[in-house]
Amino acid sequence: MKQYETVIGLEVHLQLNTKTKIFCGCSTEFGKNPNSQTCPICLGLPGTLPVLNKKVLEYAMKIGLALNCEINSLVKFDRKNYYYPDLPKAYQISQYDFPIAHTGYLNVKTGNEIKKIGITRAHMEEDAGKLIHDPKIKSSLVDYNRTGTPLVEIVSEPDMRSAQEAYNYLTTLKLCLQYLDVSDCDMEKGSLRCDANVSIREKGQTELGTKTELKNLNSFKAVKSSLEFEVARQIKLVESGERIIQETRLWDEHKQITVSMRSKEEAHDYRYFPEPDLVPFMVEKEEVEKTKKNLPESPSKKQNRFIANYELSDYDANVLVQDKEIADFFEECTKKYNSPKKVCNWVTGALKQELNTRKIDLLKAKLSSDDLIALIDKVETGVLSNLAGKDVLKIKFDTGKTIDQIINDHGFAQVSDDETLEKVIKEVIDENPSIIEQIKSGKESAVGFLVGQSMKKTQGKANPKKIGEMIKRRILND
Amino acid sequence: MKLNELTAHKIISLIKEKKETAESVFLAVKQAIDAFDKRINAYAHISEKPIKSESSTKEFPVPIAIKDNICIKDYPTTCSSHILEGFRPPYNATVVDKLLESGARITGHANMDEFAFGSSTETSFFGPTRNPWNLECVPGGSSGGSAASVAAHEAIWALGSDTGGSIRQPASFCGIVGLKPTYGRVSRYGLIAFASSLDQIGPLTKDVEDSALLLNLIAGHDEMDSTSANLPVPDYTKALTGDIKNLKIGIPKEYFVEGIDPEVKEKIITAIEVLKKKGAQFKEISLPHTEYAVATYYILATAEASSNLARFDGAQYGLRCYPKDKRRTPIIDMYEETRNQGFGQEAKRRIMLGTYSLSSGYYDAYYLRAQKVRTLIKNDFDEAFKEFDAILTPTSPTTAFKLGEKASDPLSMYLSDIYTISANLAGIPALSLPCGFSNDGLPIGLQIMTKPFDEEMIFRIAHTYEQNTDWHKKKVTL
Ligand SMILES: [Zn+2]
Repeated sequence: MKQYETVIGLEVHLQLNTKTKIFCGCSTEFGKNPNSQTCPICLGLPGTLPVLNKKVLEYAMKIGLALNCEINSLVKFDRKNYYYPDLPKAYQISQYDFPIAHTGYLNVKTGNEIKKIGITRAHMEEDAGKLIHDPKIKSSLVDYNRTGTPLVEIVSEPDMRSAQEAYNYLTTLKLCLQYLDVSDCDMEKGSLRCDANVSIREKGQTELGTKTELKNLNSFKAVKSSLEFEVARQIKLVESGERIIQETRLWDEHKQITVSMRSKEEAHDYRYFPEPDLVPFMVEKEEVEKTKKNLPESPSKKQNRFIANYELSDYDANVLVQDKEIADFFEECTKKYNSPKKVCNWVTGALKQELNTRKIDLLKAKLSSDDLIALIDKVETGVLSNLAGKDVLKIKFDTGKTIDQIINDHGFAQVSDDETLEKVIKEVIDENPSIIEQIKSGKESAVGFLVGQSMKKTQGKANPKKIGEMIKRRILND
Repeated sequence: MKLNELTAHKIISLIKEKKETAESVFLAVKQAIDAFDKRINAYAHISEKPIKSESSTKEFPVPIAIKDNICIKDYPTTCSSHILEGFRPPYNATVVDKLLESGARITGHANMDEFAFGSSTETSFFGPTRNPWNLECVPGGSSGGSAASVAAHEAIWALGSDTGGSIRQPASFCGIVGLKPTYGRVSRYGLIAFASSLDQIGPLTKDVEDSALLLNLIAGHDEMDSTSANLPVPDYTKALTGDIKNLKIGIPKEYFVEGIDPEVKEKIITAIEVLKKKGAQFKEISLPHTEYAVATYYILATAEASSNLARFDGAQYGLRCYPKDKRRTPIIDMYEETRNQGFGQEAKRRIMLGTYSLSSGYYDAYYLRAQKVRTLIKNDFDEAFKEFDAILTPTSPTTAFKLGEKASDPLSMYLSDIYTISANLAGIPALSLPCGFSNDGLPIGLQIMTKPFDEEMIFRIAHTYEQNTDWHKKKVTL
């Protein structure tokens, strides 16, 4: 069998989180009643004209700069003409020959290496509406709420060599975009949509093979699975001596296969030409520089800084920066409690676990940095056991009470008074004579078992360190 | 003289002096419409009561006809096309808002060539408008209804739109004053686009003072139209000084070659003599790219039109047709049938032309080349205005032609805009005013062009000419 190389390029459509649409003042809020967020302009009614929302330009510039792109100082829009019922003007205002950003890259971790994935271009455009196919009335309905929602399309170079690389690129890109705070990057809500171009070629070849375009990839998993399927399909075709047809294919989530989208040949001629209703204009160099200077810290920079400043491991720092809120929360705690490693353990451990099981993000958790520090402090000073600390955190999420309140209300405080502990120890020693013999004959590790038994009897409230010392003293001094 | 035969400035002063009321003026105009419009057909939609704003300051309560491609809220706005039947925009064009604020009384929508495609107002779905000077003749186009309504005293003044001469040529044919302002001087918001980069709204009036007055009311920057210029608007009536001493006026030799009617040429030469006597200096100049203007115009204008008219598909508003009464049909068939029945022949011709010149494989040879020639034409004017204050030409090579005479020969029809098209391509202001009559009693127009945003210079020259001739005083008898 021949050796094949996979060639993948991704096109990502990012929905920006501006409050209003790209060419009118309508709200972009998600999930409102169909057609409740429209006006004559985004409905494309005759005589209406688009006016650019400057926020969109600012966001697009941020994205371009974060992806190490060059920024075109000439801002120009074009019309992409085609008929579709969800496109009210029968053209989409987009950017054709002068995208706002071009020629950049994104550093993506692949295995143990960092690979530079080229960014061909990023351009601004308006979104179309949404068709709702209703079998009950045997008709299709159209919702124009999304029409005119600002998008930035980010096109990569065909630099990815496996489905896994494409997956890594996409997750890295998403993280990078999240740090810019220009989009919620939610694939389920459609604010991040991805198409993939994929082809194969024999190893050593430089020419590109015939590509297929995969659409309808609405999750990260779908991107990976569909690409794996498609690569295998293409190899099988070539191996059996067949030709790959250049076509658009859809990912069938249910059957886990790609299927051809268009049966009949349909050559698209979008007849691009400059949008005459929007006058081209220049962006001042200073404005680009200013935007560049004010870019938020990128995830990779933050990771390096965490390693340097807080002496965290590469792994810990990486886990922290995967979520900007979490990373910021970590830093906030660290400023108030000077033990980064301990804070990191709590944040990446118990806290993340709680957020994951509840499927919420930190902002919704009603947990302040003061709360977490108070909790860590209780554990570190021995008021709470590690285990009890985790329980307190759980109740904190459930009730929102203060840490002190929870400890009081639920009797979480460790029992450290000698009288109670002596009583428990006596019981445990009396119940386990064989273990006592083992300890006396030198097997000190067996103390742990007795500590466990004591903890059980106190429902975890005993101070394990103290109890261990007391047991040893008692047995060995006897 | 009857009230409706007066100029707007005369009417405004009569109302100010409380010698007349806005109501009696409107009544006089309405009576003229009732008496003559069955013959003239200047209107596409006549309003029984004046369309006005109750909250206006009522400074200029003058009856005005508005071309049928300028949106009036909740009033039929159809571009005199079948496809927009029933369309009532939920918004006013910016110029309509401005007029209503000034106290204007809108009489209705003036008839026009369908979607402004034509030079004779014969392509209207509502039938042709007739020239008030000779009912066998066309009024010019595409603002033929607006021009005829003013000439026939069925309106005191009117608004038209000018893409390649559509205000000036009918003004010339109907013996009135028509101004195409600088591109960007007047907001296009609410003007149903023919060719966005060429269209401009402008006044059609009985004399130059009215033209200046009406431009005062509609000019200025509009946040809803990013192609409108953010420049201060002077009081144009202040330019009516009568002083043209030592002004330098160029006569382009390319405008006086074969095809020009000798009677037209003779009247222009006489007009030059009048202006010379008032102190203006004339010199022959060259605008070398003039011969390419018509071809350039028909490529660019139809390209933009094909895109602008794609939204009329029966989906959202206006006419909707199904093939052979089949209601369950692919949407593409509905589009096809709606556009088949909704558009007239000239509209279809121009959509096809424009689609062709934008399509891949032809774009470079047609659209792109035309854009380059447009720049050359603009450069011609830039060069000329370095030396000259204004350029003077005939408005049209001929007087009004007979109805049906050119209807079956689109090419000869296209050539009737030969003197007006360049101003649209260059974006400069241009005005047509009466400068005499042919032997068979048809008006002849004189065109004055200046550099961008120098409408004041145009008014100065036009007013001086008008004050030293009597053409504007000659009235139509119906
Ligand atoms: Zn809107």
